[in-house]
Formats: sequence, structure tokens, C-alpha cells
Amino acid sequence: MRTTLAVLAARLTRALLVAGGRGATALPGVVGLAIDPALVTRLSRSLRRGVACVTGTNGKTTTTRMLSDIVRAAGWTPVHNRSGSNLERGLAAALVSARGDVGLFELDEASVPRVLARVAPRVLVVTNLFRDQLDRYFEIDALQKRIGSAIAALPSGTTLVLNADDPLVAHLGDSHSGKMFFFGVDDPRVGGTTAQAISDATRCPRCRSPLRYTRVVLAHIGDWRCPSCGFARPARDIAASEVALGPDGSTLRVSAITEPVLVPLPGLYNAYNALAALAGARALDIPLADAAAALASFKPAFGRLERVPAEGRTLRLVLVKNPAGFNAAIGALTETGRHPRLLAALSDLDADGRDVSWIWDADFETLAQATTHAVVTGLRARDLALRFKYAGLELTRLEVVESWRGALERAIALTPVGEELAVIATYTAMLALRRALAQAGHVAPFWED
Amino acid sequence: MDLRIAHLYPDLMSIYGDRGNVIALEQRARWRGIAVETRAYTAGDAFDADWPDLWFFGGGQDQGQDVVGADLQGPNGGAVRRSIAGGAAALTICGGYQLFGHEYVPESAPAIPGLGVIDVTTRAGKTRFVGNLVADAEGGTLVGFENHSGYTYLGAKAKPLARVRIGHGNNGEDGTEGAIQGHLIGCYVHGSLLPKNSWLADLLTTWALERRHGHLALTPLDDAVETRARDAAIEVAKARP
Repeated sequence: MRTTLAVLAARLTRALLVAGGRGATALPGVVGLAIDPALVTRLSRSLRRGVACVTGTNGKTTTTRMLSDIVRAAGWTPVHNRSGSNLERGLAAALVSARGDVGLFELDEASVPRVLARVAPRVLVVTNLFRDQLDRYFEIDALQKRIGSAIAALPSGTTLVLNADDPLVAHLGDSHSGKMFFFGVDDPRVGGTTAQAISDATRCPRCRSPLRYTRVVLAHIGDWRCPSCGFARPARDIAASEVALGPDGSTLRVSAITEPVLVPLPGLYNAYNALAALAGARALDIPLADAAAALASFKPAFGRLERVPAEGRTLRLVLVKNPAGFNAAIGALTETGRHPRLLAALSDLDADGRDVSWIWDADFETLAQATTHAVVTGLRARDLALRFKYAGLELTRLEVVESWRGALERAIALTPVGEELAVIATYTAMLALRRALAQAGHVAPFWED
Repeated sequence: MDLRIAHLYPDLMSIYGDRGNVIALEQRARWRGIAVETRAYTAGDAFDADWPDLWFFGGGQDQGQDVVGADLQGPNGGAVRRSIAGGAAALTICGGYQLFGHEYVPESAPAIPGLGVIDVTTRAGKTRFVGNLVADAEGGTLVGFENHSGYTYLGAKAKPLARVRIGHGNNGEDGTEGAIQGHLIGCYVHGSLLPKNSWLADLLTTWALERRHGHLALTPLDDAVETRARDAAIEVAKARP
């Protein structure tokens, strides 16, 4: 009775918001949860094929959307918190708004313990754990422990899908008694041999001795082992033995899949997202060849290297929120030798992370060398300009424009027709730039997709 | 002329942007034509006490701090003490600041001893202080972001680095932020402390060069971008403390 009332009230909220031309990604969930706090538990139980959750610092939105395409291709109907509202209220909003047979939920790392206490998922995917918005999550070790405790309380019927190349994520397997699938990159040509400045896990998560790396892909991701206690990168169930990166996507050779796997998004980190989605498909008992075929027609999510045509130029929208995500995105923009013009936007509202210090850990030095010109904007535009100055970008190649629309117009004007403008922004800054693009008629508002 | 920076435990004690302080010191030296070299000093190394002009010691996670605390109780702690007695300067932030003090007293565990080179003591507090911070120091305004649950109290030999205008500072009680003792500075502003507070970067550089080159007046730099970033950050702190 209470659940029925909660669902009705939430649907009414949603209808009113949509009629008023607004996005309805979270508020209906807030209303529903106020009436029935157990709403998510009750509604998720009615999903015949169960629930798959995806969490981690970076890549969870893209991985969840890839899984969504994969289950659709298998003839399933997902209930998905697709617009990226990934706290419990976002899940509740998705559950009351759609009918389906499988739940696909992207979970904010901090809300993992709370959500797992309400939903025992069939599959839990963890992409990676990096230093993120420290003012919100505090320390990465503490966060990893909280997720580990939540996993320890899961029934053995849950299948874990873990990144073998991330020691912090692989260590989560210690807390689980049920089935596990590990994914990773085995191509020896991917990565270097030295740890990067932003590494979070130079010590063994089991015994705290220094880890040894024979290959470092990004930060603490790579081929690792602990010489002291013997903890090492687990055997991979889904492994990319060859990775060929291109400007618009990559091609992977994956164990257990005969045909090459096409990932239609550039960047090594998107290859990892594809491997996570494939391993998730395997955990859901979907044939890998079918899953790989579904990936080939994947379209990127909001700000995940999405391409937007504008006045004869191509804008490449890149959402950034932490040093690891920033460095991965910079890699995707520059690894094929391109020299993009740049529009960079930094803000410090809650969804961006209130502490902007993370920009000093991100590799602006590489970006400054690759870019011809940067326009900076956002609520913390002056911090960003300072970072570029110390990264070695000459002041003649750097401009601060305070207004969103003004910054966008200036950056487009500075980009020759036919060339690419990289738009790198934190969450609320990207929303604001997106609104400016919508006003100029270049894109639709994001919640319509 | 050259400047030598020792970055203490960069693998364990460099949390959330602390590296920005080293970048600021290095770039400002280069812009002045001063050669600069930074070396990592970490757990398990045998520290060379004679090399550094300036120690930089950032904040860490609790677990990293255990390893660092233990390393500093051995010969490496003695090396840092000798170096400081020999005239080296230091900038310590958050966890590094606490470990340069006498001790850190957790809520329900034995006290973790520090080097005791700055006359401060820290105990675990109930409320974590997270937010923008603005404080007034003798040399200029300090602006940045604090994020700590250790409450630090100054002894007689340490002077407060600054007086808090917005935020919490050392302990949220006495209105002080950071500590200054000889050529050592402790501070709770992490990440982009020195880039936005360039006067402090230059004060530390002057102290560091003094050890081998004597007292020098630094060539002035064009700090327009730094000043605008500092002014904008002060406005942000007023609007969103």
C-alpha cells in the first residue's frame, strides 16, 4: 500500500516536472523515498532478471550505458538511471518511471554501502578506485574499506566483476565468498614502467609493503604484485591481448571472443570500460560475441568525448572531475598526435568538488604542450589560468572569458573551420556550457536522451 | 645559483594537489634564472642530510602516515633534524605539519611521536574541518582550502603563521592558522597553497637560498595572474565558505 502510494506520488512529480520542461532525474525519487523508505528494495525485487550495479571512480556512466546496449540487444528491457543521477534517489526515480526486467544502476562510490544494504544485486561491477573529490569522499583507503565491508555483507549469489589491473579493486575480492570475474589489459605494449605522480596505491592493500610494477598503465593501474606477501594481479577472465588505439575508437583482441572487438570511443580508458561491460555481460550469462556486437554501435554519454558539430567545427566534450580522469582524457585527445584548441572550464559547486586543488595533480604540462590556444572559464577560471601558467602555457596563448556564452563563442572563433575544439569541463561547468550550446541551437538539453 | 628541494615521501604524503607547491617553487626559481633540482626522499632510503636547502612535506592518508611515522623514528628522522639545525628551511602541510610537531594523539590509540622541530601538538578532533580558508599573515593574505580532523595547538616557541578570517585553521578555537618557527612553516592549506600565495613561495625561497648563498633579494616577477587568482579565491571563500 505504502509502496503503491510512493510510486504514484513519484510518477506525479515526474509528470509535473516534464510538463514544466524540466529534467526529472532525482526529485521523483526524493518524493517516493519520503513516503516509502524501502521503495528501492521492494521495486528492485520485482525485476525478473535481477539487478546489475556499476561503481568506481571513473567510467561508471559509460560502462553502465554499454551494458544497457548489450542487454537490449539480448532482448531484455533495462530499468536504468540513465541521466546519471547515481545516488539512491536517482535509482528510485528510475524504478518508478519505467517498467523492465533488469535493473542497471550506476552507483556513486559513497552511496554503495547504503544501496547494497537495500538491494542484493545479481552482479556488481567495480571499474577502478582513484583519488576523487576528497572533500566529499575523504581518503581513498577509507572509501575502499567501506566498499569492502558492504561487499562482505552481500550473499554469495552475487557475482563480482573486478578490474584485475587495479590493486585496490582486486583487493575487494578478498571480502567476497561468491563467484568473481576479473578483467584487464594484457597487451605488453600498453603502459610504461614508471609510476605516475598521482598514484594512490603504491603500497600493497593487504600488507602495506611497496608494490612492484612491471607495467604502469595509468596511476596505480597496471601489472602489479607484492614481493612481500605475494598478493598479485589476479588471472583475467576477460583480457585484451592487443589494443589498437585510433582517433575515433579502438580495436581490441579479447580472449574468448573470435572477432576483433570495436570500441567506438577513443581512449584507453574507454577500452577498459568496454572490458568491464563485457565481463558484466558474461556475469549476466549473455554470450560474449553478442555483447561485443552490441558495443560496436555504442553512442557516448553526456560529456564523455561526445562530438557536437558547431559552426563548421567539431566540439569534443570531455567531462573531468579528478586527476586520473583528466589525464586519461588528455591521453585520448593527444595520443594520436592531435593538437586541439581548448576551452577549459572549472567550477567548485558540490557536484564539481568544492576543492579545486586536484588540478595541481593533473597533467596540465602535457596539455599545455599539445594545445595551440586555451580559453578558460567557470566559477574558478582564475585558478585554471594560474594552473596553465605554471604548466608552461605562454600568456599570449591563454585567455580568461568570464561568461559561458562568451567563452564558447570566443573558443569557436579561435578554432579554424573543419578543426576540433576540445571542451574540458567539470560537471556543473559542462551543464552550463551545454545550456549555452543549446541556446545557440547546437545541442538538445541532456536529460532528453 | 641553484636551489635544492627535498620532497619528503611523495609516494605516501602527497594528497590532493600538494605537488602544486613543488611546481610553484620550481617554476618561480626557473623564471628567475635559478637552477632547481627536486629529489624524492622516501621510506627505506638513507636520507642525505647535507643536500637539501628546503624540505617539502605534504599531507597523507592515515595508513601512509603510519609508514612515514615509523620511518621518521629511525635514522631518517635524525637526518631531517640535523639538516634543519644546519639551516635548511621547510614547508609542511597537514599530516607533514603534524609530524614536524611533538606528537599526534589519536582518539583511542597511543600517541604517534613526531620530529618535534616545530613546537606544536595535535590531537584528533570530533568535527572535520572542510572548506575554503582565508587568513591574514604578516607577509600577506593566505587563501586556500583546508580538510583536516587533527586539531593543532601551538607551544611557546612557535608563532601563528596567520589569523583566520574565514574557516577554522589550527583547531577552530583560537583563531590561529599554521605555525612559523625559524625557517620552518606548518600550515593546513593544502593543494594550491604556494601558487596563489606567491609571497609565501618567495619567502621560503629566500630562506632556502640563504643556507648556501647568503641573504639575497629575489628578482621581482610579474604576479598579475597569481594576484587575480588569489583575489578571486577570496571572493569565492566569502560567498561559499
